[in-house]
Amino acid sequence: MAELMDITNQIRHAFPEKVQDIIEFRGEVTVIVDPSAILEVAHYCRYTEGLQFNLLSDLGGNDYFPAEPRFGISYVLYSMSLNHTIRLKVYLPNSDPTVDSVVSMWQGANWMEREIYDMFGVTFTGHPDMRRILMPFDWNGYPLRKDFPLGYEEVAFSFNNDRVMAKKPHPME
Amino acid sequence: MTLSRDELIHASGIISDEQTLETSLDQLRGLVSPAAFTGETMLLNMGPQHPSTHGVLRLLIELDGENVITVLPDIGFLHTGIEKNMESKTYEKALVMTDRIDYLNNQGNTLVFSLAVEKLCEIDVPLRAQYLRVIVAELQRINSHLIWLGTHIMDLGASSIFLYALREREYILDMFEEISGQRMMGNYNRPGGVWRDVTPRFMTQVHKFLKYLGPKLDDYEAIVTENPIFVDRTKGIGVISAEDAINWSVTGPYLRGSGVNLDWRKAAPYSCYDHFDFEVPLGTNGDVYDRYIIRLLEMRQSIRIIQQALDGLPTGPTRTTNRKFAPPPRAELGSSMEALIHHFKLWTEGFKAPVGEVYVRTESPRGELGVYMAGDGTSKPHRVRFRTPSFVNLQSIGVCSSGVLVADLVAIIGSIDIVLGDCDR
Repeated sequence: MAELMDITNQIRHAFPEKVQDIIEFRGEVTVIVDPSAILEVAHYCRYTEGLQFNLLSDLGGNDYFPAEPRFGISYVLYSMSLNHTIRLKVYLPNSDPTVDSVVSMWQGANWMEREIYDMFGVTFTGHPDMRRILMPFDWNGYPLRKDFPLGYEEVAFSFNNDRVMAKKPHPME
Repeated sequence: MTLSRDELIHASGIISDEQTLETSLDQLRGLVSPAAFTGETMLLNMGPQHPSTHGVLRLLIELDGENVITVLPDIGFLHTGIEKNMESKTYEKALVMTDRIDYLNNQGNTLVFSLAVEKLCEIDVPLRAQYLRVIVAELQRINSHLIWLGTHIMDLGASSIFLYALREREYILDMFEEISGQRMMGNYNRPGGVWRDVTPRFMTQVHKFLKYLGPKLDDYEAIVTENPIFVDRTKGIGVISAEDAINWSVTGPYLRGSGVNLDWRKAAPYSCYDHFDFEVPLGTNGDVYDRYIIRLLEMRQSIRIIQQALDGLPTGPTRTTNRKFAPPPRAELGSSMEALIHHFKLWTEGFKAPVGEVYVRTESPRGELGVYMAGDGTSKPHRVRFRTPSFVNLQSIGVCSSGVLVADLVAIIGSIDIVLGDCDR
C-alpha cells in the first residue's frame, strides 16, 4: 500500500497540474487525470522505471448521469515485472465526451475502447477503427447510459417503427 | 472477361450501398489491404454459423489464394445486455445472471462477482467456504479445459477425444448437481461464502474422480500429444510473441503459451490460493501446440490443488455470520424477531453497498476474468462491468493468424479458447 502511494505521488509530481485527485478505496488507488493529458500520463506510466505498467488490464466506462462531468473512464494498469496495479480515471463532460485513444500505448485497448463507444457514446480520437462492436450497426442510442430505458418499451414492427423510434433517446443529437 | 470495380466488390461479398452497410467501404479501407478493392485478393465470410467458430462468431477474412492476409472478427451476436440488466437488480438477484455469461465457467463467474461484492461491502468469508470455492473453481477449470480439448481436437478432425472428454465432464456436472441442485447454472458461490455446505457424497465423488482423471489424461496424451497429424497441424502455427501478447492485453493459457508467467492465482492470490502448492506451466514458442500442452498440464495442476484443498479442508461455517449480508438460518426465524427482520429486509430490499468502486480479478480457464463494480449507496449496483477474457483475447487473432492457411485458422480459433457468451455478455 505504501509502495502504491509512492507511485501515485511520483505521477502527481511529474504532472502537478494534470493529476486532479488521488483516491484510495478498499486498497485500490485511483489517480484522477485531466482528460487532455491521458496520453502523456499513460506513456509515463508505461515506460518510466519503477512504474512499468506494461499490461492494460481493463478499460471500462461508467455513467454518473445527471452529475457533471458525466462519464468516467477507468484504466486498470498492471505491471508484470513489479506486480502492482493502479487505476487511472478520466471524467468527461456530457457536452463533449471525447478523449484520446491509448491504442498507440496498448494495442489491447482497441476493442475495449470500441465497447465504450458502443455503450456510452464516448469517442476516442486517434482510434484506428471506431465502430460499434456489440450492438447492431444501426442501433439508436447508447445502451449503458443511465437515461437509456431498460425494457418497458413498445416493440417496434414495420407499421409502428417510425413512432417507436421517435421516442428513443438520441443523446448525440 | 473484365469486371468493373463495383462488380468485383459485389462479388467479394460487400454490398456497395453506403446507406445499408454494416461496415462501409471507407471503414474497411484502413483495415484490409488495398488489393482487396481491386479484386487481387478475396474477402470471405466465415461464420457466424460455422461449426468451428465455437458459437456465433463471424470472421471477415481477406484471402490471397488460400493464405490468410487479414482477419476481422465481428462479434456481438450473443449480446444480451447482462450488464445493463444488473443495474436494475439487487446484488443477490444480479448474481443469478453471472453464470450465464461464460457458460463453461459458471462457478468462476459467480466467484468473481461474489468477490467483488465482498470487497465493496467488506464482508468476511469463512475459511471453509474459501476452500470449497477453490475446489469448485478448479473442478470448473477441469470441466472447461475438457470441453476445450474435445472441441479443439474435433476441429482438427479427430472425434473420439470429444466423446471421451464429455464423458469425464459428465462426472463433474454430477458433482455440481450434488452441491447446488443444478448441473450448469449452480449459483453455488454467494456473497459471504457458499450456498450450503457440501454433502459427504460430494466428497467421495471428488475423491473418486481425482483418482479416475489422472490416468485418463495419460490416455489423451498418448492419443494426441505425439500424434503426427496433430503435431503437423499445430506446431509453429498461430505464433504470438511475448511482447505482442502483453501489448494486446492477452491473458490466460494463451499468454502463458508465449512464456510469460502471469497467473492471477499466483500474482494476486484470491480465495486462499496462496495456501496451495502448484506450478504455472509455461510454453516457449507461443504456438497452438504449446497452448494445448499448457492446458493439459493445468488440468494436472488443478487435480493437485483440489487434492490439497480436500486434505486440508477446515471445519466451520460456510457463510458469513454477518446477518446484514447473509440470511439467518431457517431455524432461527421461528424464535428470533431480529432474524425475522433481517430475513425480511434481505429478501425485499437487499443489502446496501457503499459508494465506491472496486476491481477484482480472478484467473478463469481462459484468462483474466475481472469485475469492476461501482456502488452508489443503494441496494442495486450502479455499474457492473465484466472484463471477460474471451473478448480481450479474441481481438489479437489477427496478429497470430496472418499468413496462415484457412484450415490453420480453425486451429487458432480453437487454441484461443473463446466462449462467445463470455465474449458478448
